[in-house]
Amino acid sequence: MSEAHPATLLAGLPRIGEYFHRILPTLRWEALFAGSETEGSLAFWFYRLDAWAWLLFETANMAALATLMGAAAALLLAFPAAHNLGAGTLAYQLSRRSLEAARTVPEIVFALILVWAFGVGALAGILAIALHTAGALGKLFAEAIENTEMGAWDGVRATGGNWAEACRFAILPQALPNLLSYALLRFEVNLRSASVIGFVGAGGIGEELYKVISFNYYEEISAIILLVILAVAAIDLFSENLRHRVIGALGGAA
Amino acid sequence: MLEIQGLTRRFGAVVAVDAVSLAVPAGQMLGIIGRSGAGKSTLLRLVNRLAEPSAGRVLFEGREITRLRGRALREWRRDCAMIFQQFNLVQRLDVLTNVLLGRLGHHRGIGAALAVLFGHFTAAERAMALAALDRFGLVETALQRAGTLSGGQQQRVAICRALLQQPRLILADEPIASLDPRNAQLVMEALRQVNRQEGITVLVNLHHLDTAREYCTRIVAMQAGRVVFDGLPAELTAERVRRIYGITEEEFEAEARARAAPCAAAMA
Repeated sequence: MSEAHPATLLAGLPRIGEYFHRILPTLRWEALFAGSETEGSLAFWFYRLDAWAWLLFETANMAALATLMGAAAALLLAFPAAHNLGAGTLAYQLSRRSLEAARTVPEIVFALILVWAFGVGALAGILAIALHTAGALGKLFAEAIENTEMGAWDGVRATGGNWAEACRFAILPQALPNLLSYALLRFEVNLRSASVIGFVGAGGIGEELYKVISFNYYEEISAIILLVILAVAAIDLFSENLRHRVIGALGGAA
Repeated sequence: MLEIQGLTRRFGAVVAVDAVSLAVPAGQMLGIIGRSGAGKSTLLRLVNRLAEPSAGRVLFEGREITRLRGRALREWRRDCAMIFQQFNLVQRLDVLTNVLLGRLGHHRGIGAALAVLFGHFTAAERAMALAALDRFGLVETALQRAGTLSGGQQQRVAICRALLQQPRLILADEPIASLDPRNAQLVMEALRQVNRQEGITVLVNLHHLDTAREYCTRIVAMQAGRVVFDGLPAELTAERVRRIYGITEEEFEAEARARAAPCAAAMA
């Protein structure tokens, strides 16, 4: 609290506006659709679009792969971590605590460690996001599992099915639409994370963003941020659509 | 021969099942009657170990069931199939898969276990499931989702699942409490059929005395966790019922209907 003086706030507020003003591109109406050599055109603003598009594609791939890996780990850990399935105290505590540890540590911290281990590149970023995703999704998955009807569980247990079979046949079909929905939401979150994680050298468009911010290439900052916003919006629309279709296909009368 | 010896289950201060002793010879169709909270459901759940006893033991052909663990316990559950009041099918899976779940207890080894986790059952098992469905006129519904079936159909699917376990014993916990009279009759007849044709011992909880008299070869009446009557259906006269429960048979059944009605409404 010690640094939060109202005077500092007042002095700093206009500077936020100033920064935004600086990163805005200077566009000239008559030259808007001219080539990348003409100052004031869109092409001039996005003069590195090819490189950025490739980096953005890499970022989306990182997010997709990390979501997939994280969701797979979360799925395995969520069953022992759901208190209604009675996995035994040891398995319950182990899965709960490891999920907690995985989601308490921010991605960027995991990324710092993994960059040190695996070197600069996308691998460190993917693993870092996957780890955090496993923790965050695992808790949501466990809660979805705890909300399922236990009648089917008794039914499968009473046939002589073991614990894993009861999870697979009694619980998974009930929880699956929820799990998919959570995983797709997480994909959107992870795209944002993947855009930032490059700040510590873990791949994706974040490295480029960090570079242009630190070199004060003002116009390029706004160009990259705009691209990231567009990509997130596109994935938002896509996953919303997919989610409704998945729920529609799995939902039905039940 | 199923032997229950001094079986007791307490929930806190409440004694749900109080020192029950019974001997059920193979092939019997035993009806267990009683008012709500008499301990009928708990008794059945103690037999297949979905609930653990506080005292006493259960023996099947001399083997102590109440001591089984792990694989042996799962094999015992396979050998004594259970039918539930709310059917307990997996609503979102198709009927055929629900019936095939009866085979889970028969799979052995890591390979088979993994194959099953990916939803793979053998062709012979599928044929068995279809034959069971065909027997009860349900084969057309095989690929429908279980949740789309009526209560009576779901209960017969549950009986098919039970048959795929190839059990020695069927425990039916209020199998017709949520069904209309027509479907109740179909389900009771299905149970009688498997009792007579396969010689499977059936323990069935009922609250409808006439049903118990009609279908069962022996009736046990429970009150507050204790067995208060054990005899032939003909011996359970209206006078006997009044002396046991302190109410007339009509009152007994009206009470049972009132209890079942909300369940039936929830299923509709």
